Amino acid sequence: MKQQKPAHLRNVIAHIVLIILSFMCLFFFYILIINATRSHADLQKGFSALPGNAFITNLKNIANDGTFPMFRGIVNSLIVSVSSAAICTYFSSLTAYGLYAYDFKVKKVAFTFIMAILVMPTQVTAMGFLRLITKMGMYDSLLPLIIPSIASPAVFYFMYSYLQSSLPISLVEAARIDGSGEFRTFNQIVIPIMKPAIAVQAIFSFVGTWNNYFVPALVIQSKDKMTVPILIATLRGADFMNFDMGKIYMMITVAIVPIIIVYLLLSKYIIAGVTLGGVKE
Amino acid sequence: MKKKSKSISYAKWGYIFILPFFVSFFIFSLIPLIDTIRYSFFEYYRSGIKEIGPNFIGMANYAELLKSDMLKYGGNTLILWLIGFIPQILVALLLAVWFTDIRMKIHAKQFFKVVIYLPNLIMASAFAMLFFTMFSTNGPVNEILMSMGLTEKAIDFMGTVGGTRSLIGLMNFLMWFGNTTIMLMAAIMGISVDIFEASDLDGCTGLQRFFYITLPQIRPILAYTLITSVIGGLQMFDVPQILTNGQGNPDRTSMTLIMFLNNHLKSRNYGMAGALSVYLFIVSGILCFFVYKMTIDDDPDGSKAAAKKKAKEERRRR
Repeated sequence: MKQQKPAHLRNVIAHIVLIILSFMCLFFFYILIINATRSHADLQKGFSALPGNAFITNLKNIANDGTFPMFRGIVNSLIVSVSSAAICTYFSSLTAYGLYAYDFKVKKVAFTFIMAILVMPTQVTAMGFLRLITKMGMYDSLLPLIIPSIASPAVFYFMYSYLQSSLPISLVEAARIDGSGEFRTFNQIVIPIMKPAIAVQAIFSFVGTWNNYFVPALVIQSKDKMTVPILIATLRGADFMNFDMGKIYMMITVAIVPIIIVYLLLSKYIIAGVTLGGVKE
Repeated sequence: MKKKSKSISYAKWGYIFILPFFVSFFIFSLIPLIDTIRYSFFEYYRSGIKEIGPNFIGMANYAELLKSDMLKYGGNTLILWLIGFIPQILVALLLAVWFTDIRMKIHAKQFFKVVIYLPNLIMASAFAMLFFTMFSTNGPVNEILMSMGLTEKAIDFMGTVGGTRSLIGLMNFLMWFGNTTIMLMAAIMGISVDIFEASDLDGCTGLQRFFYITLPQIRPILAYTLITSVIGGLQMFDVPQILTNGQGNPDRTSMTLIMFLNNHLKSRNYGMAGALSVYLFIVSGILCFFVYKMTIDDDPDGSKAAAKKKAKEERRRR
């Protein structure tokens, strides 16, 4: 009984802290969305906590802006992110399965190697990468943003841990006895078993590529191939104090709101996925 | 005998399945890495439309970098990382303990979890752009502060060293504390309930429980969080780049190492970019080694650790 009072107080403090933190997380997005609905003239008058009525106008304005082709950017970002997510999860599963289900000479070396480069930053090879793709004629194209994601050590590790916990080797052997070829076993038995892991990693990979700025900024030159983050950076570089502020808020909104919507729909899986495949204790 | 020959015939599939990964890695990471290291020893840059080099100059690029502002930028990166990381780990620890404490009744737990993780998924460049407009001298934050009478004149947040650095730290904090909280929560929930129950019977207070049980038990994950965060901090680019438009203003006090690298890459100074990359490669290689040690489980049943402990005790007895 003695314990009850401090526990109660602690509870109140915890809720206050949580509400403050949530407020900090949501406040900026709230202002962003409010300001995106207001016209430039309206915004000049000062801050208002209530939405305006220029949402459609602002949206139309950025759709028709040739200097910042935002919708073209969204299409480019979607192409890159969807294909990256697809090939990254497929090939990571394939690699994980190859190292998990088969015994061969370099198996251990290969595994150790991938683990050693697990968290290696891509930036350290950026210079050679830039030269290489220039030589290969892939400069200023979307391909170099997609193909390298075949080799994603972190996703591989996640898939490998998942296989360890959920694919009994006996299942693979049973498929062999039934005369299934190795590729068919992988595509028709292993992939369906790995679906939950693939879904989680596809989301993270999609978001990661969608938000990636460093490499695309080095590789992409022409306006019609720019992805959303590069467009945002160009916007920052422009002399935008003379711009329509409503439009600027709307551009930031279209860059981040799609991800927020996807997140709110899938938050349960995403939050559960954060800790999977982390360190072993 | 027959079984053995069969397993050999399957081995080739192992090679086939891991081939795409290694081919891709070889082409898009290993060749670029070797190229990067090679050109770090060359004088090779573009001046106007003329290309100078490549001329072999040995370690001159490395020496020149040490004389340049590289160390200052390294210091900036460290400061910016610390401003975000210290509150991040403290808040995350606090929240993780609260979320996992069965005696605390936190309402809408799922809602809070969803909200605090949200900023982690936001495009860092768009987030930085948002902060730039919000905190500019005629932005909404200043408008709110002035209308509340908290300040007479608009505050120039991005005109001061402390202001810019705090904004970058704040963004990093907001983007990462939710992620860390969820990692630490999983770690705390992994601790056996028996330990907590035993400590309760012994009359352990909340603080004692935290410092003597929770903290030591989650040390591996704390260390993992720390090192992956250092690696992330080393790569800090999007937020300061967009917020300061690549200038690292004021007076390059917010210029990070990767922004410096980006400048060399943009101006096509391959020699310097190469040398800088090699420095970064060495540092991240050391950090990777620690992560590797933590993730590879070479002691699955704890027998090695037990043997080590025994040997230590024996030594002590002697």
